[in-house]
Amino acid sequence: MIPEIGLYAIILALAVAVVQMVLPLVGAARNDGALMELGRSAAVAQFGFVALAFACLMQSYVASDFSVRTVAENSNSAMPLLYKISGTWGNHEGSMVLWVLILSLFGACVATFGRNLPPPLRARVLAVQAMIGVAFLAFIVFTSNPFLRLDPAPPDGNDLNPLLQDPGLAFHPPFLYLGYVGFSTTFSFAIAALIEGRVDPAWARWVRPWTLAAWAALTTGIAMGSWWSYYELGWGGWWAWDPVENASFMPWLVGTALLHSAIVAEKRDALKSWTILLAILAFALSLIGTFLVRSGVLTSVHAFAVDPRRGAFILLILIVAIGGPLALYAWRAPMLKLGGIFSPISREGAMVLNNLLLTTACATVFLGTLYPLFLDAVNGTKVSVGPPFFNATFIPIVLPLLAAVAVGPMLPWKRGDLGAALGRLWAAAVLAVLAAGAVLVATGVRAPLAALGLALAAWIGGGAVVEIAERVRLFRVPAADSWQRLRGLPRAAWGTALAHFGLGVLIAGVTASSAWQIEKVQLVRPGDTVDVGGYAFTFKRAAEEQGPNYIARRGTFDVTKNGAPVTTLYPAKRFYPVQRMSTTEAAIHTLWIADLYATISDPDEGSRESGGPAFPTRGDGAWAARLYYNPLVPWIWMGCVFMALGGVVSLTDRRHRIGAPVPARPTVVSAAGE
Amino acid sequence: MRLKLLIAGALLAARLGVASAWAVLPDEMLKDPALEGRARVLSKEIRCQVCQNENIDDSSAPLAADLRRLVRERIVAGDSDAQILEFLRQRYGDNVLMRPPVEPQTWILWFGPPALLLVAAGALAAMLRRRPAAPPPELAPEDEKRARDLLERNT
Amino acid sequence: MRRILYLLPLIAFIAVAAWFAAGLTRDPSRIPSALIDRPMPEFSLPPVADAGVPGLSAAEIRGQVALVNVFASWCVPCRAENPILMRLAHQPGVKLYGIAYKDKPADNLKFLQEFGNPYAAVGDDASGRTGIDFGVYGVPETFVIDRDGRIRHKEVGALTPKSLNETILPLIAQLSK
Repeated sequence: MIPEIGLYAIILALAVAVVQMVLPLVGAARNDGALMELGRSAAVAQFGFVALAFACLMQSYVASDFSVRTVAENSNSAMPLLYKISGTWGNHEGSMVLWVLILSLFGACVATFGRNLPPPLRARVLAVQAMIGVAFLAFIVFTSNPFLRLDPAPPDGNDLNPLLQDPGLAFHPPFLYLGYVGFSTTFSFAIAALIEGRVDPAWARWVRPWTLAAWAALTTGIAMGSWWSYYELGWGGWWAWDPVENASFMPWLVGTALLHSAIVAEKRDALKSWTILLAILAFALSLIGTFLVRSGVLTSVHAFAVDPRRGAFILLILIVAIGGPLALYAWRAPMLKLGGIFSPISREGAMVLNNLLLTTACATVFLGTLYPLFLDAVNGTKVSVGPPFFNATFIPIVLPLLAAVAVGPMLPWKRGDLGAALGRLWAAAVLAVLAAGAVLVATGVRAPLAALGLALAAWIGGGAVVEIAERVRLFRVPAADSWQRLRGLPRAAWGTALAHFGLGVLIAGVTASSAWQIEKVQLVRPGDTVDVGGYAFTFKRAAEEQGPNYIARRGTFDVTKNGAPVTTLYPAKRFYPVQRMSTTEAAIHTLWIADLYATISDPDEGSRESGGPAFPTRGDGAWAARLYYNPLVPWIWMGCVFMALGGVVSLTDRRHRIGAPVPARPTVVSAAGE
Repeated sequence: MRLKLLIAGALLAARLGVASAWAVLPDEMLKDPALEGRARVLSKEIRCQVCQNENIDDSSAPLAADLRRLVRERIVAGDSDAQILEFLRQRYGDNVLMRPPVEPQTWILWFGPPALLLVAAGALAAMLRRRPAAPPPELAPEDEKRARDLLERNT
Repeated sequence: MRRILYLLPLIAFIAVAAWFAAGLTRDPSRIPSALIDRPMPEFSLPPVADAGVPGLSAAEIRGQVALVNVFASWCVPCRAENPILMRLAHQPGVKLYGIAYKDKPADNLKFLQEFGNPYAAVGDDASGRTGIDFGVYGVPETFVIDRDGRIRHKEVGALTPKSLNETILPLIAQLSK
């Protein structure tokens, strides 16, 4: 019964979306208030129906209703409740429902919180949102119905892939989709602006909160995925330039460019058609990512079960949803009036540099990810593009960008003095030199790239502090005045500084963990001690354990430093009998400036013959252990958290809740003849 | 489809899920740390042909283990990194290299982004040069001071 | 001029979409052999003990059109493929050889006895090194080798009547002329 309600809810949502797609547009064209208003109620209704469908699906999982095919394929009665819940979106069909849930959620938010938007714009935005909704709801109904039934129902299910039975991964998709799909809102705003034929600073201000929300969510989602692969996949790696990782990274790169470009559009009425293009591209990349993951065009450990038929449907959606807006752009964008002029050395100029480098970086990732496909289609040869390519091409593009991050906020609008800007950053420069010097001294000039990385991190982090110091005129006005300014600083200023600071923290983490990881791989027997970066890991024993749907072998390591106990680590190897898969459960103890990381495994795993038991061990109780000291690794995710937090703080700036800015009356200080 | 059966056959027998990502095992490692370090770095340049998104250093597939051993044997035998990669490339094709070779068919890949950057930067420079920035208006000294005061107060 | 600039994103996207469409018809995990039209690797493998057929070497194969089938007892699709190979073995003009890949001699013997031995000779590649020389990355795989000892085709996965009738047998007929 409940699955059927869910299916009807989806179909109703589709019907409402069709209405929402057509009528508000007509209303906006004819300036018909009632039709435009219809868009708002339709958006809320659409969200309601999709939420109902989602709830029905989740209920089927929680109740372990194996008569529903996706539940039978992806769940199991012995599975813990948390994973029954997250299993709802741990498969293709369920994740598509989550996708449209978030899409309709954003639409409903625009309908509810977009009170200060002019009705025609809002109506058009909601109509475009609905178009996307129609496309994907149809996709669900016709190719990916999550409510298909099995008759007779099997007694139990296939269990969720053990890799997905993890708290981190349970919540990675929702955040990722909030980001990915969140960019649909800025996309809709962009198309609405193109239809209207006008982009004014007000539009840029209205777009900003939605961009910030999506960007912050995407930052969080990517960070969660990276953190998950760090602790789950067993060798401490956190970024593999895997096609699906790249698919989420590309919208992030363009989204960051969009954030900055929109500021110029708002403050200086410049870069308008470029901002529109970025808004279209950000969501276009999200859609392309959706296509890549589900169509089987690329191999990836992340990819869902592939079906070329579904791939063809999504490709069709892509052609309409991206080709259409780009055609609209080619037609209408030239009509947008050119905006304010600026000198190359200025805040706008810095933003342009930011955009240039970010979009080139995105193009690099795009090319690298899709080149194997392109070449195969052209002449059938197979090349593979892996991390060595991305590291060699992406990093050089990003380095100048990182250097510019601290300088940009120091430059005034319209025209600036680079020397003065750099001069204000003297404190950050000192920090950078100190950091580089410390590295070179400690490692004896053997790690120039690492020195550069830490120097940049210090430069950016210091620059963020200088940002705030400059704003409050620290040391240049009396302390009381500075304090007054500090308390009056708009939230957006804090948000920007926090986000830039987070970037510095992230770069420090990336540099240190890549350059100075200490790894010890060796056989351990009970009583053996291994020194890892000054910490002594003593292997005590390995014991068998029974879990709800797995058997485990858990090892125990006592960790001490200079004789004083630090922690005990319990790495494990789990075997899930239903899916016949093993996972490595790493044991991690974080010291905040580093991680202690341990995994164990069967020493003969690579050459074990077939038919052996799940956990053979050697007679002498020897296990293969991988022990790590990972310096500054937690800073990678702390940096991402700061960035996302910065975005959220900016989001709460009261200026976003005020209505459209109105030009002030001309003041007395206006140059003659302007 | 058949390929999936093939892989399923191999994996079923080895009873290792793709998930059980392990890698270099103690028994495989060379005694000499410098040579072993070379082997580890080189392994990251070689793509496992079974678990095609991992390098052989990270993959738990039996073929990856075989290739790890092969790489170490050849290092000990004195081959250079380039020779070892060429050895594998002759047998498995370009697909086995994580770093695509720089040849005419990959020029767009390697040189495309830098070229794009240069072209875009050039176009931007040309555009900005054609539109001269407005010079700041000349102000009388009192107005200049007043403007500065206002700016100081409001920023 | 400016108009063209605004059209660029659309044009780029159309190209990308075309490639995606082409990509949907392909299998990205299928790796073509690097050894097509190249001489087969030199190798010499011992026989499977008690199997009743000799071991296998490149010299043995050269001089005639041959099929070399890489198999293992632990490989499920190999069992499905076996009846096809048995029928093939009785066909004139086809010389069928086998390489037992990364397996134990006792298991190889059991496999051949249980399912039948279609091979004129079987090489025991216990270490898998000969497989690496052939660019093998899974089992079963089948190679078509011409009279001069060059590899002309590689079939990845179990042979099917379709692949046999449409690709392999015609190729063998062509090479045998």
